[in-house]
Amino acid sequence: MKLAAREKIDDAVKLLFRTTGLLVIAILGGIFFMLIWNSVAFFLKIKPLDFITGTQWNPSGSNAEYGILPLLVSTCLVTLGAMTIAIPLGIGTAAFLSEYAGKRLKSILKPVIEMLAAVPSVAIGFLGIVILGPGIAELTGQSNGLNALNGAILLAVMALPTIITVTEDALHGVPQSYREASYGVGANKWQTLIRVTIPAAAPGILAAVMLGVGRAIGETMTVLMATGNASAFPKGFFHSVRTITATIAIEMGEVPYQTTHYYALFAIAAVLFLITLAVNLIGEYFVNKFRKYQAA
Amino acid sequence: MKKLTPLIEWGTLLFCTGMVCFFLVVILWDLISKGAPSLSWEFVTSLPSEGMTKGGILPAIIGTVLLTMITALVSVPFGISCAIYLNEYAKDTWLTRLIRASIRNLAGVPSIIYGLFGLALFVQGLQMGTSLISAGLTLGLLSLPYVIITTEEALRRIPASTREAALAIGATQFESIRDVVLPSALPGILTGVVLTLSRAAGETAPILFTGVAFYINNPTGFLNQEFMSLPYHLYMLSTQHQAIEEVRPLAYGTALVLIIVVFLLNLTAFYVRYKHSKDE
Repeated sequence: MKLAAREKIDDAVKLLFRTTGLLVIAILGGIFFMLIWNSVAFFLKIKPLDFITGTQWNPSGSNAEYGILPLLVSTCLVTLGAMTIAIPLGIGTAAFLSEYAGKRLKSILKPVIEMLAAVPSVAIGFLGIVILGPGIAELTGQSNGLNALNGAILLAVMALPTIITVTEDALHGVPQSYREASYGVGANKWQTLIRVTIPAAAPGILAAVMLGVGRAIGETMTVLMATGNASAFPKGFFHSVRTITATIAIEMGEVPYQTTHYYALFAIAAVLFLITLAVNLIGEYFVNKFRKYQAA
Repeated sequence: MKKLTPLIEWGTLLFCTGMVCFFLVVILWDLISKGAPSLSWEFVTSLPSEGMTKGGILPAIIGTVLLTMITALVSVPFGISCAIYLNEYAKDTWLTRLIRASIRNLAGVPSIIYGLFGLALFVQGLQMGTSLISAGLTLGLLSLPYVIITTEEALRRIPASTREAALAIGATQFESIRDVVLPSALPGILTGVVLTLSRAAGETAPILFTGVAFYINNPTGFLNQEFMSLPYHLYMLSTQHQAIEEVRPLAYGTALVLIIVVFLLNLTAFYVRYKHSKDE
């Protein structure tokens, strides 16, 4: 082939690659636009203040109410519970992997964590119904164990692989000289871990936690299956709750297009989007902080 | 007491690690021990019958396979092309930074929001209806950021000297990428793609409103038709069926098949990665 022809192909392909790069921005922009557009349609009918401060989510009654608070509190409650379990367990496991485990043990544990990460959310939700639910029901004497606690435990299991992997990277990134300096002044392995290595890796660990939170807030199937989905205002871990994601999943299938209820679901999705965006941005801030700190 | 303290400290970490392993063991043990009895040749090759209380899950398996194939067709060429642009062509401009920021944010968008986007864009906007193609495109978009991120990582590991060698003997940049860079990065790309697809195969939330159905009597499925899928089938059998206790064995069987499919894809990815690391 002549050089001119080859160069023409080269230019054409370059343009193609570039277009796909720009399309990625268009996709995020499209998601953003879709949420805003439909939310605006919703806020033309319902006052934003009623939406944000309303304590009732009852879109199908004759006197429809669209208060996001019960959904938002449910989402926060389940996520909080999940993190209370997953953060200590995750950091402990990561510390064990990074500071104590030998090469052979590591080569067994890493696939365990990867396998845990690969289990589909619907399978975890299923186990919440068949194992965890009956277990919780027996302990508390309730008729079924589908409540916030159940969802929180399952979400913890789902967030753990992320938290462990990122935390371990952070601990691994702490220079060996820090540890040696600590040993040099007479600290033992545990004291070094608690007083030197973990504080030094703190930004990376915070990034890990934020990624875990983002995953837990946005998870749908697990909470949909395991938390019971009662639409009343959440009362606590031993009561049924209904998160933002579960509400969208339940109601979007049944609602007629272009109704207030339909737009309302986009409005709560927009809130969910903004929360996960904020969580991810905070996580990214810590990742960058950790990188800079490591480079210094 | 002094002897005991290190034991407690070490034990704490061991306990955390043990718990994580315990979770996986419980998941696998329960699914395998209770799912295996329902598993049979008939279960994976026959249609559901008698209101889902008997029969197999063949249409759900076919649906998941077709859906994953469409996801791959959408996300793989698109994702690889975008990764090539970012790693081989793009300079550090505000536009490049915007593309990268978009990719990171797309990776963090909850899957249910992709479902809404698919509903608004493909089902309603482009009039594709609830169908296999709508759901496949939606899952393709969801998988896109992961394909881009892993492909770019694989491309970054190819040393600059490899590209320079190709350019020095007169190849154009595209020829160097097509004939030299991509083949050397292929194992890394393949690992990332297969892992991404294994995640897509287990996703439920994005397909809820874009085309999945509880029962379809024609398992061959066309692009413009609704379809059945394994994760949705499991969801319906375990929460929405009118005789939940009666169909529990079927739910366990479905869960086991789903997890086998996902783990097989993962094993494929690990095998490619392992083989490649040996070759180097």
